[in-house]
Amino acid sequence: MSGSLFAFVLRRVVAALAFIFLVATAAFALVQLAPGDAASHLELSGTSPEAAAAVRARLGLDQPESLQFARWVRGLARLDLGQSTAYERPVAELVAAGFLKTAMLASTALILATAIGVPAGVLIAAARRRWATLGGAVSLVLLSCPPIVATLALMLLAVRTGWLSVQSGALALPALALALPMAAVLERVQSRASAEALDSRGVAAAMARGIPRRRLIWVHALRQSLVPVLGVYGIVMATLFSGSVAVEVMTAWPGLGQLAVRAVRTRDLFLVTGCAMAVATMIALAQLAADLLRAALDPRVREAR
Amino acid sequence: MSRGRRRLIWVAGGAVLLAVLGPALAPHTPTAQFADRAYAPPMRVHLFHQGSLRAPFVYRQVLVDRVLRQYAEDTAVPVSLRWLRHGLASIDEAQGPLLLLGADSLGRDMLSRVLHGARWSLGVALTGLAGALAIGIFVGALAGATGGRVEAVLMWSADFVLALPGAYLVLVLRGMLPPVLTPWEILGFMSLLMAASAWPHVARGVRAIVATERQREYAEAARAAGAGRWRIAWTLLPAARGFLLVEVVLLLPALLVAEATISFLGLGFPDSSASWGTMLDAAYNPQLLAEAPWLLAPAAAIFLVTLAAQIAQPPASEPAPAAAPSAASPAVA
Repeated sequence: MSGSLFAFVLRRVVAALAFIFLVATAAFALVQLAPGDAASHLELSGTSPEAAAAVRARLGLDQPESLQFARWVRGLARLDLGQSTAYERPVAELVAAGFLKTAMLASTALILATAIGVPAGVLIAAARRRWATLGGAVSLVLLSCPPIVATLALMLLAVRTGWLSVQSGALALPALALALPMAAVLERVQSRASAEALDSRGVAAAMARGIPRRRLIWVHALRQSLVPVLGVYGIVMATLFSGSVAVEVMTAWPGLGQLAVRAVRTRDLFLVTGCAMAVATMIALAQLAADLLRAALDPRVREAR
Repeated sequence: MSRGRRRLIWVAGGAVLLAVLGPALAPHTPTAQFADRAYAPPMRVHLFHQGSLRAPFVYRQVLVDRVLRQYAEDTAVPVSLRWLRHGLASIDEAQGPLLLLGADSLGRDMLSRVLHGARWSLGVALTGLAGALAIGIFVGALAGATGGRVEAVLMWSADFVLALPGAYLVLVLRGMLPPVLTPWEILGFMSLLMAASAWPHVARGVRAIVATERQREYAEAARAAGAGRWRIAWTLLPAARGFLLVEVVLLLPALLVAEATISFLGLGFPDSSASWGTMLDAAYNPQLLAEAPWLLAPAAAIFLVTLAAQIAQPPASEPAPAAAPSAASPAVA
């Protein structure tokens, strides 16, 4: 039993590492494919070709691609992602600061979405028809508010009522904008999974043993339904980080998204790929956590794949 | 055809119609600037003039205070709406511009801009969708029909693309292109990106359907009749029609939001050919929003398209197609 769990964990960790490495390689290839390199902007701004060549030599850009790749991979192992051309600082340093901010925003949004979406789904699955219809309508509206629309709507609400702060650096508004549509997705999946679990034989057997309905809904059915719900988290995570780019720019939240957008505008390619890799790492870790939780809840998951 | 399927077709067809006909319905050009109409509020359509019923009309808008940007209705003279002369509805030019959704900072008609923007926003989403369908059906059918190692590799790459953070992928690729592009180049580039990031949703479902259908008797009959692998896959594909229809309506709002995000970030359509995302770029100042909430019209347009797509989805009680949890926006937002 514990052996198979260990094998499952190992497989998942290896898969996560492979994912990160693949993203890293693809990012590197894209930087190589892009026209020009980190020294081209020097030539454009009137520096002599000799000086630009010196910069290339210093950054190792005059070496063959295979050597550069080897050096870059070795750098990765030490968390060295190269040098930002616009900020003239190590990419790793800039990315680490943004990483913390984005992780903070994303985890707040994730916790909010879970705290709203999962209980709402359980309640709606067990509710009478009229309440279920009302709940369904609310989540339909929230589902139709992608983060970019939700941010603007919340901003309007905030300046009209003063319930939320629109100051830059305020966490509530961006976190809510990301969490509300996600809560609706979770509510959808949870209410369907809960309804299925309530119909299952295991719950019927528990009911026959005289276990009270409330306990059936919140303990027996919930435990069964969490497996498909956790399966959705992987997809939701990628959506969450993508959505946070626009939200970060709109609400001036100094995270990875804002950093990446600025880097694209200044054609700072090492910084862009650094941001992309950091986000890929976050997604891989979140997915790993969701898989491990799923395996802990349901032994069948461990056998699969 | 079932009612559920007809609803899906209505939504998809409506999006195509809006993209094609939207600009023709607009009363003004998207770049026409009207003097003394900066941040003019939406004009109201009335039916009663001094207590008596008339055909729909508006009152002339007059500037009361230029500094405070205050406008008022000149209730003395009703101005009748003319139908289908310039766009769907217009008024006599001597009476000033018709601004049913208000004006932006440069005194441009929001309604006309939203309708013209529909071409770019929905156009990009629909061409991207077509590309995603083409790739997804091909890969899915190939994986489902061959099985084994080919299937494993294809589905693994689909999962890989799904796990990528779409917005960052777009940013990396956008960083490689020249900063200034023509609107049509942007349309082509963005549709390619969308096709490249959305195909796995289609491929996974098609693979699952082809793989199950392959076990059924008609597939066996085709095999017995000597049909090759591709011929069989082609025979099985109609079974995926229902799934594809659902998927189209599911992905449409996702790609629409993707476009809005890219253009909002200033990496998509320029102001001269503004999409809904470009227009939102001008709206995201909280103080401005409080004074001129009609600047949110493009956000409302995105919301309405998404809502229509969500309502048209089959209810949860029906058996869901394989890719149901992708209900969130998979591509970028």
